Amino acid sequence: MSSIISVANLSKTYGSGFKALNNVNLDINRGEIFALLGPNGAGKTTLISIICGIANPSEGKVLVGGENIQTSYRKARSLIGLVPQELHTDAFESVWATVSFSRGLFGKPKNPDHIEKVLKDLSLWDKKDSKIITLSGGMKRRVMIAKALSHEPQILFLDEPTAGVDVELRKGMWEVVRTLQQSGVTIILTTHYIEEAEEMADRIGVINKGEIVLVEDKATLMQKLGKKRLTLHLQGKLDALPESLRHYELDLCDGGATLVYDYDTKGERTGITSLLGDLRTAGIRFNDLDTTQSSLEDIFVDLVRAS
Amino acid sequence: MNYRAVRAIYLFEMARTWRTLLQSIVSPVVSTSLYFVVFGAAIGSRISQVEGVSYGTFIVPGLIMLSVLTQSIANASFGIYFPKFTGTIYEILSAPISYFEIVLGYVGAAATKSIILGLIILATAGLFVPLHIHHPVWMLAFLVLTAVTFSLFGFIIGIWADGFEKLQMIPMLVVTPLTFLGGSFYSIDMLPPAWRTVALLNPVVYLISGFRWSFYEIADVSMAVSIGMTTAFLVICLVVIWWIFRTGYRLKN
Repeated sequence: MSSIISVANLSKTYGSGFKALNNVNLDINRGEIFALLGPNGAGKTTLISIICGIANPSEGKVLVGGENIQTSYRKARSLIGLVPQELHTDAFESVWATVSFSRGLFGKPKNPDHIEKVLKDLSLWDKKDSKIITLSGGMKRRVMIAKALSHEPQILFLDEPTAGVDVELRKGMWEVVRTLQQSGVTIILTTHYIEEAEEMADRIGVINKGEIVLVEDKATLMQKLGKKRLTLHLQGKLDALPESLRHYELDLCDGGATLVYDYDTKGERTGITSLLGDLRTAGIRFNDLDTTQSSLEDIFVDLVRAS
Repeated sequence: MNYRAVRAIYLFEMARTWRTLLQSIVSPVVSTSLYFVVFGAAIGSRISQVEGVSYGTFIVPGLIMLSVLTQSIANASFGIYFPKFTGTIYEILSAPISYFEIVLGYVGAAATKSIILGLIILATAGLFVPLHIHHPVWMLAFLVLTAVTFSLFGFIIGIWADGFEKLQMIPMLVVTPLTFLGGSFYSIDMLPPAWRTVALLNPVVYLISGFRWSFYEIADVSMAVSIGMTTAFLVICLVVIWWIFRTGYRLKN
């Protein structure tokens, strides 16, 4: 798959001496939804700011659609729509005026039909004449997405798009993002909501302390790093584990009422068959069992700790 | 050249003027009228003529300059400071637009507002005193040059300011005193020789002198010096703005 954004050896050191990015290399594929995860201060926003032209890089090169963001900034930037993390809006402008302004700023001729479509897709059409100051936080967030989409970008950066947005609206935004992807827009998403990345992304990148820790296809990542957990609900409570079960690294929980066994899905042997056999031998019976897959959040926490 | 972006910024800024019409246009007109009442009628009645022109008529160019200077700075500095304050500057910085185009949009709008204001004040003055402009083309040229130069200066202040206090500081503590002491209400020839020399260090003297010459052909300094000094200030402002964008000073990290 061809890359639409190519980041090579990118570093950023602020005037204070703080190194926000350290030799970042990253390729974003055309048409994908890429989720960039990382704790606060990891460098997510700095990376986006450099690609979009808001911050200057200290070292390295960024190509957007094959165009260098510094020497060919007009072509590079015209491909990008940016929805920043903070709700930066012109409070006294109307929704229609501010979205139209954004289109003009990107050098596109007037196109009321397109603006109307964007506003309707984002459920903002009935608010088009309202001043932004009168809108709710969720609506303001959508206005910012509308501004970013006003010039028909090929790439959309969403820097924590659903921060402070209620569950229903969040799901509505996910739908919008999916529709955009179907229309060919490449989406780069940063988020604190792991479920958002898990739900939406094709690929996931993890950044920590200014370095890309990992870039992986989401499904592969889940498979590669995902662990499963088997929980056995016992018929009777156990005071302690019998000696014959010690080597399984079981956890006795709920006051001895449940046994928890973590196993690796990528391993050749999960150990489940022998565990169940040894439980029967030891005379331990259970009423029920269930298995759970470790979430992206667990994977993320493990990765960040490891780095 | 991204003309549409320049147009977008320009119209956005002009829309702000119409939205705040009372503050942008009406209030300077009201305060100028008050100047006429106080200086022209009350004080002017005790000063018969200045260099062959009635005092009320004499102060018209100075009053226009006073408003054009302060409003150019206020409009341009607020125009660029406000997006910085609210954070909407991100959109300008991430747009496919050159620094020159950004300046053209903001400074063009600020200068336009000042020129409109200057012309409105001129019309208002015409209601109080008889006016005759000897060199209307030079008058307009000076008006435009001053509006553009001080809008550029305001743009620099707007970039430099990191709080509303700083935004007001230079206009209040530097520009207003310089304008009042720059011969808005008197000819610097009326000053004692020592103070006249000091007054010549004030760049606003050259603006007002040149502007007044275009009205009545009376000037404190020669027209060529006035144009030269104003142009020099314009060039200094352009160099500073070029440096701001080259380094990203207070705009980009």
